[in-house]
Amino acid sequence: MQAYAIYALKRLAQFVLVVFIGINLAYLISHATPIDPVEQTVSAATSFGNASPEAILMMRASLRELYGLEGGAVSQYAAFWRRVLVGDFGPSLSAFPTPVSTLIGRALPWTVGLLSVSTCLAFALGNLLGGLAGYFRESRILKLAGIAAMAVHPIPYYIVAFVLLIVFGYLWPVLPISGGYRINTPWGWNAEFVLSVVTHAILPVASLVLVGVGGWFMGMRSLVSNIVSEDYVVYAELAGVSRGRILGAYVMRNALAPQVTGLAMSLGSIFNGAIITEQVFGYPGIGTLLIQAVHAGDYSLVIGIASVSIVAVSVAVLIIDLLYPLLDPRVKVA
Amino acid sequence: MFTVLRDLLRYRTEFRFGAILTGFIAAFAALSLVSPYPPQDQFVVPPDLPPSWSYWFGTTSRGQDVFWQLTFAIRNTMLFGLSVAVLSRLVSIAIGMWSGYKGGIVDRLLMSVNDTFIVIPLFPLLVLFYFVLRDRMSWPLLALAMASLGWAYDARLIRAVALSLSSREFTQQCVFSGMRTREIVFQEHLPYVLPIVFYTTMNNMNWSIGLEVTLSVLGFTDIDTPTVGVMIYWANQHTALVAGVWWWVFFPVLFVMILFIGLFLLAISTNEYIDPRSRLARMGDVSG
Repeated sequence: MQAYAIYALKRLAQFVLVVFIGINLAYLISHATPIDPVEQTVSAATSFGNASPEAILMMRASLRELYGLEGGAVSQYAAFWRRVLVGDFGPSLSAFPTPVSTLIGRALPWTVGLLSVSTCLAFALGNLLGGLAGYFRESRILKLAGIAAMAVHPIPYYIVAFVLLIVFGYLWPVLPISGGYRINTPWGWNAEFVLSVVTHAILPVASLVLVGVGGWFMGMRSLVSNIVSEDYVVYAELAGVSRGRILGAYVMRNALAPQVTGLAMSLGSIFNGAIITEQVFGYPGIGTLLIQAVHAGDYSLVIGIASVSIVAVSVAVLIIDLLYPLLDPRVKVA
Repeated sequence: MFTVLRDLLRYRTEFRFGAILTGFIAAFAALSLVSPYPPQDQFVVPPDLPPSWSYWFGTTSRGQDVFWQLTFAIRNTMLFGLSVAVLSRLVSIAIGMWSGYKGGIVDRLLMSVNDTFIVIPLFPLLVLFYFVLRDRMSWPLLALAMASLGWAYDARLIRAVALSLSSREFTQQCVFSGMRTREIVFQEHLPYVLPIVFYTTMNNMNWSIGLEVTLSVLGFTDIDTPTVGVMIYWANQHTALVAGVWWWVFFPVLFVMILFIGLFLLAISTNEYIDPRSRLARMGDVSG
C-alpha cells in the first residue's frame, strides 16, 4: 500500500507539472505576441458602423478588464491563473452574456462521450486483433487485416473523416452526417432520442476508430510476437496448456501493460483527432465550439477551451496512471 | 547509415515500397519547377473542366489547372513537413542524447518535462496561436511553433537508445581515455542514434503534414500559399463537392494519402530494422 501511495504521489506531481507547463504555454502564446486582442476586437466591432470615439474608449477599457489585460505583467499572469483555477473565463463575446464556462460545460459531455467510446473501441479492437495476428502468424486474414490497418493508420483524422463524409454524405446517404442528435427531438431517456444520438455518433466514432485501431494493432502484434518466443510460453505450450489460455492469460495479459502506458501517452493526440472529427461532422462538442469561437473572434472562449482541454486531458491521463497498478502488480512492489 | 539504407532498399519490401511512393510524390512536386502557370494566378484556364487530355486533373472553379496547382501544393507541404522535422530534430536529439547519457536526476527531470509535452493536446494551442496572430500567420512561424511543441515523443525514443549506449564498454573506455562528454556524445554515440533519427524524422513529417492539412483546411494558416490543405480549403469554400467539381478535392486527398503511406512505410521498416529482436524474428522466418 505504501508503495502505491508513493507511486500515486509521483503521478500526481507529473499531473501538476503537465497542467503548469500547459497553462504557461497557453499564457505565453496569448500574451507574447505583438498583436493586442483588445485592438482586434475593437476594430472588428467598429468596422461595421461608425462608433463615437468615447464609445470606443469605453469599449477598450471594458474589454481590457474582461480579458484580464489590466495592470502589469505579474498581475496579468496572476489573473490568468486565477481564471483557470476557478474555472471562470468571463462571458463569451459571441454568445454574450453566457459565461464561457457554461458553453464549455454544455459541449464537454459530447466530447467526453465521443472520445471515451471511440478510444475504448479502438483500443479493444486493435489489441485483440493485434494479439491474434502476433500469435497466429500464418493466418492470411490477419495478415490482410494488418495491411489494411497499416494503410489507414498514417492518414490524419481530418482526411479519414472527410472521406467518410463524402462516402456517406454524397455517394450513399444512409447515415446522418451532421449534428449530435436529430433536431426537434425532445431531450430525454426515450428510445427515439437515444437512437438519434447513437446514429449521429456512428460516423464520428467510425473515423476515430479507423485511424486509432492501426496503432494498437501494430504495437500489440510486435509485443506478442516477441513474447511468444519467451521461455515460459514455450514451457506452457510443451506442458499442454490450451492455446486460448496461453494467448489470453500468458501472452496478451503481459503485453497489455505497455499498451496501457501507450494509451496514456497518446491521449493528447487522440484528443486533437476528436476535435477535428467533431468539426467535420458538426458534432456539438468542444472541437466545433473552438472553431466557431475562432471564426467569431471570441477571445475568452478560445482561451477557455484551450485551458480546459489541457486540464481535461491531464485528468484523463492521471486516471489511467492511477489505475495502471491494477494491471501491472510490479508497480506495487517497486 | 548509408549502408543501412542500401541494405534496406535491397532486402525490405516495405522500405522499397515506401521509397517508391515517396519518390513518386517528390518527383511530382519537382514538376512545379516547370509549371507553365505561377501558383498564385487565377483564371488562367477555363474553370470547372473535368479531367481530360488537355487538363489531366481538371480545372478548379478559380480557373487553375489542378495538376500544376497540385505540384506547388505538394512541394510546399513537403517542404513544410521537412522543415518542421529538421527543426524539431535539433531539440529532440539534444534533449534525448543529453538525458540518456547523463542518466540519474537530469534524466528524470528532462523526461518528466518531456512527458508533459507528449501529453498536452497541441491542437488547441496551435489554434490559439493562429487566433492571436491572424493575418500575420506565416509558414515559417507555424513551422517554428510546431517544431518547438512537437519534439517530445521522438526525444524519448532517442533517449532510450542513448541510455543503452551510455552503459556500453566503449563509452567507459572513452571516458577513461579522457574524451569530453560532448565529444563522446557527438563522435561516438551519434552514429548509432542516426537510424532512429531517420525513423523519427519520417514520423514527424507525417505528423506535421497531417497538422498542416488540418489547420489549413479550417483556414487557420496563411491561405494564399498553395499547400494540400489550402487547396482543399478553397475547394470547400467553393463547395466543390456539392457543385460536382470532385476532382478538385479528389486529387489532393489521393496524393497526400500516397505521401502519408510512403513516409509511414519508410519509417516502420527502418524501425523494425533497428529493433534487433524483430530482426532476429525475421531471420527465423527466412530460415524456417
